[in-house]
Amino acid sequence: MSDITTNSQPRSVRRSRPVSSYLLRRPKLRLLSLLALPMTWIIGVYIFSLFLLLITAFWNVDPFTSLVSPGFNLENFSLVLTNPSYIATSVRTLLIALTVTLVCIMFAVPLGIFMAKIARPWLRNALAVAITLPLWAGYLVKIIAMRLVFTEEGFFNWAMSPIGVRGPGFSVPIVILTLTYLWFPYMALPVYTAIRQIPPNLFDASSDMGAKGFTTVWRVVIPLIVPAMIAGSVFTFSLSLGDYLAARFTGGATQMIGSIIAANINLNPPVAAAYSMVPITFVVIYLAVARRTGSLERM
Amino acid sequence: MLRLSRGARLALMAIVGLILLFMYVPLFVLILNSFNESQISGWPIKNFSTKWWAFARNYQPIRDALLNSVLVATGAMIFASILGTLVAFAMKGFNFFGRGTVNILVVLPIALPGVVTGVAFSNTYSNFLTPAGFNIGYFGMIVAHATFCIVMVFNNVFARLRRMNPNLQEASADLGAGLWQTFRLVTFPQFRTSFAAGALLAFALSFDEVVVTIFTAPPGIDTLPLWILKEVGRPNQASVVNVVATVVILLSLIPVYISQRLTRAQEHER
Repeated sequence: MSDITTNSQPRSVRRSRPVSSYLLRRPKLRLLSLLALPMTWIIGVYIFSLFLLLITAFWNVDPFTSLVSPGFNLENFSLVLTNPSYIATSVRTLLIALTVTLVCIMFAVPLGIFMAKIARPWLRNALAVAITLPLWAGYLVKIIAMRLVFTEEGFFNWAMSPIGVRGPGFSVPIVILTLTYLWFPYMALPVYTAIRQIPPNLFDASSDMGAKGFTTVWRVVIPLIVPAMIAGSVFTFSLSLGDYLAARFTGGATQMIGSIIAANINLNPPVAAAYSMVPITFVVIYLAVARRTGSLERM
Repeated sequence: MLRLSRGARLALMAIVGLILLFMYVPLFVLILNSFNESQISGWPIKNFSTKWWAFARNYQPIRDALLNSVLVATGAMIFASILGTLVAFAMKGFNFFGRGTVNILVVLPIALPGVVTGVAFSNTYSNFLTPAGFNIGYFGMIVAHATFCIVMVFNNVFARLRRMNPNLQEASADLGAGLWQTFRLVTFPQFRTSFAAGALLAFALSFDEVVVTIFTAPPGIDTLPLWILKEVGRPNQASVVNVVATVVILLSLIPVYISQRLTRAQEHER
């Protein structure tokens, strides 16, 4: 702080600062100059690209030259919405994303209760770090790691061989596990924070009125942390919905929405573009529903 | 306090133990497999050796990929830092129509599925820019990365600006400092720690990213995650992939670690 005053004093004697005083009197211009560059970037590059993607969805591919040619037809959309295999993939992806969210909740609640109400402070802090750390350990790396664990000669089959259990191999259940592995911290952290914020006297009141531990959890804790669950589910749901590398490396032949988009982007960009609108729609609907519950303001 | 029976407590502990195993066993299996002497990853590991580390160190494609990863992450970090800080200042200092929209616009690139963002950029680059005679190439990858990194810098800087004392800036102006001088001498020193923390998170996010990279990397150019992606299918070099994956874990965690140390140091300052 001291060097600030010494530095600025000699210069502050100067009077004329035409640009500064001009801008100081015009807050709108100041705001505009702050926003001009970032909004040009985000709207001009990103939003415009999304818009072009929507436009491309109405184009078609010339069957002879296999080049994209502009036009206006709804074939791509009708293909995406009526083709049985596309519908099956959309439904499968939706179910996978919902299951991942449910599994995350089922693990996050007991973990949160343990951290907030049972663990000693040092253990609580250690667990908080342990949950956050893998978030940054690399997305693809975690998929590869799950692949190593569940491969035929992998860790899981080795660890389970004494009790005669074998993993299901690369299939939908492993995709669900991998996605849970990837996004679990996004659910665990808000749920834990919400449980910590429950006033302790609510637990006393519940037990005074004769509720056992489990009843208290079910009737007091769960209803109070629903907003945190919804906030976490926005991540677990939308990140799972758009993912396709987990399916590619741990799903065997499992296809998700992203798999089909990725497979089509070079062969048939208009179909990829049309199918991209499906996850966008799902995510937007989910966000709108979550917003109506008022849970997003706490994020 | 929450009163739970002994059995319930034990069950909770068992679940927490299971979660920790679930979160850490795969990473350990992967890291240990980078020291697997065999070409094929598996478990249990029969012989340990550092030969794949030695191989990876001198293997040119991995070196190139590492260089690309660092270049792209650095470029994305620089652009995201400037853009994110500008948005944070606009959101802090002004209450304007469309403020909520600006907030959504900043979050959108990371909220929408990576495949959609990647396909959108790829579509613009190859179906619009290239036919128009403009080949964006390498820079397109940096642009795409910077776009979803903005939110990292924005979040960090905005959180700090909100807690800053606005009187200091007014005092500076009263003493005759211009806008730039106030920014340089009064405002920036107050938020530079958050700025650095946000920039490091942006670096880590870009370094780790693969889905958007798949669609925006020019042909023949690999980042480290992209190189892993291409090699996973091939069985003959599985153990090298684990070496590179371990390097990615370390190089993503180091910036995050420094970033959190910075944030914590700043909280103690106050």
